[in-house]
Amino acid sequence: MTERVVLEASHAVAEAVKMANVDVVAAYPITPQTHIPERLAEMVADGELDAAYIPVESEHSAMSCVLGSAAVGARSFTTTAAQGLELMHEAVYIASSHRYPIVMAICNRALSAPISIWCDHSDAMSCRDVGWISVFCQNNQEAFDMTAWAFRVGEDPDVMLPVMVNLDGFTLSHVTEPLLLPDQKDVDRFIPNYEYRLALRPESPTSHGGFGLPDIYSEVKYAQEIAIRESLGVVKKAWEEFASIFGRSYQPIETYKAEGAETLIVTMGSLGETAKMVVDGMREDGVAVGHLNIRLWRPFPFADFREAVKGVKSLAVLDRAYSFGGPGGPVASELKAALYDVENRPKIVSFIGGLGGREVDTPVFEYMVKRTMDISGTGDSFLYEPLEVRGLETGSGVRG
Amino acid sequence: MAMKGYKLPHEVPWDDIELGAIVTEPGSASFKRTGDWRTEHPVVDKEKCIKCAICWLHCPDAAITPMDDGYFEPDLYHCKGCGICAAVCPKDAITMHQEVEQ
Repeated sequence: MTERVVLEASHAVAEAVKMANVDVVAAYPITPQTHIPERLAEMVADGELDAAYIPVESEHSAMSCVLGSAAVGARSFTTTAAQGLELMHEAVYIASSHRYPIVMAICNRALSAPISIWCDHSDAMSCRDVGWISVFCQNNQEAFDMTAWAFRVGEDPDVMLPVMVNLDGFTLSHVTEPLLLPDQKDVDRFIPNYEYRLALRPESPTSHGGFGLPDIYSEVKYAQEIAIRESLGVVKKAWEEFASIFGRSYQPIETYKAEGAETLIVTMGSLGETAKMVVDGMREDGVAVGHLNIRLWRPFPFADFREAVKGVKSLAVLDRAYSFGGPGGPVASELKAALYDVENRPKIVSFIGGLGGREVDTPVFEYMVKRTMDISGTGDSFLYEPLEVRGLETGSGVRG
Repeated sequence: MAMKGYKLPHEVPWDDIELGAIVTEPGSASFKRTGDWRTEHPVVDKEKCIKCAICWLHCPDAAITPMDDGYFEPDLYHCKGCGICAAVCPKDAITMHQEVEQ
């Protein structure tokens, strides 16, 4: 029986982990992720969840711990944010290189310094190239759905990769709103029992983490690269299965009122909800604007993205992180790369804002749309434009 | 060195690598020839050897091999020629000899 409940997004993630019947949770609390491990610890202590909850002394240990539990074939979950993710960084690579389907929820938070506990995507971007499947959530329902889906996809025998589920710190992790909690039987049907063929067992010994000389390293890395690229098929298939069981449909790239749109606002994460409100308002005023949500960040869905922006004149891309000294917002630069060989490609205007918890409210999005439409007309070009920086004149594009 | 059909890393194409490069052949590191790094090799003089096994204990590569007659011989497939066996031998029964190109 599907229940309509009111839950904080962090608790929705914990519910999904519980319903996925996880075996091992190892996590270290860090703001704004704290409510996820707290709730899971409570579930284990109260006997609601039959799992080992391993309280660790650091995030490096949290990831190392789930590497170990994944190596014996246990369904494993961890969760962190910002500095915690940075501390576990080297072990994050090992999870994907060993092809362990660990699931990790990241409550996106700005990286120090200065110390900020609030949301941006600098932590997620620091993990851009770690080889994990990576998705972003816009609301509490998605936080539940993506977490459950992450186990299904990661453990698929054709995938066998770790999955990170990104939810914006505070502006999503601490938001309480209604969502549908599915029936356990349906979740069991969606996430089958997991058997790890290469699990560490005395009767069938395997070595995990062997030495790779130059004569094998390139081949191993290519195999890993092809694995994540080819996971796109299972990613989509699992969302189709999800839709047929639970009735909610997801795509790697999702558009809203894109038909007839001249400009699309591009976001990842919870600001998509604000952007859609802005689209509604501007559409009423006759502005041809729509919204594009990047749900799947890795593997990047190039073909889906190119298809979604066909016929669009310009994209107003919001990045919530810097690529210091680089080509502009990391998302925008990726989109530019995706379209470089495409004829009649839309103009991409990169905006960087919403850093360290700075609000990006409706006037900011309206400004982005207008500015993007103006620039598309003039042919002006710059790497990116910082949004709402005190002392900086509005419309100051940073040039390379 | 018997390898029972085991392929060395440089013989494996990318799409034949086990998931996560996990090794399913126990002890397969022994298949890797490391003896060709050597510039010197140990020679045991059985006249002096008292079978004390100190060389066997100290060899960092487990290349000193106990033989059926109780003596010890270097496994030259793996021996890197470090000379520790010769240095620790209490009877100076092991001497290091220069490798020469044939």
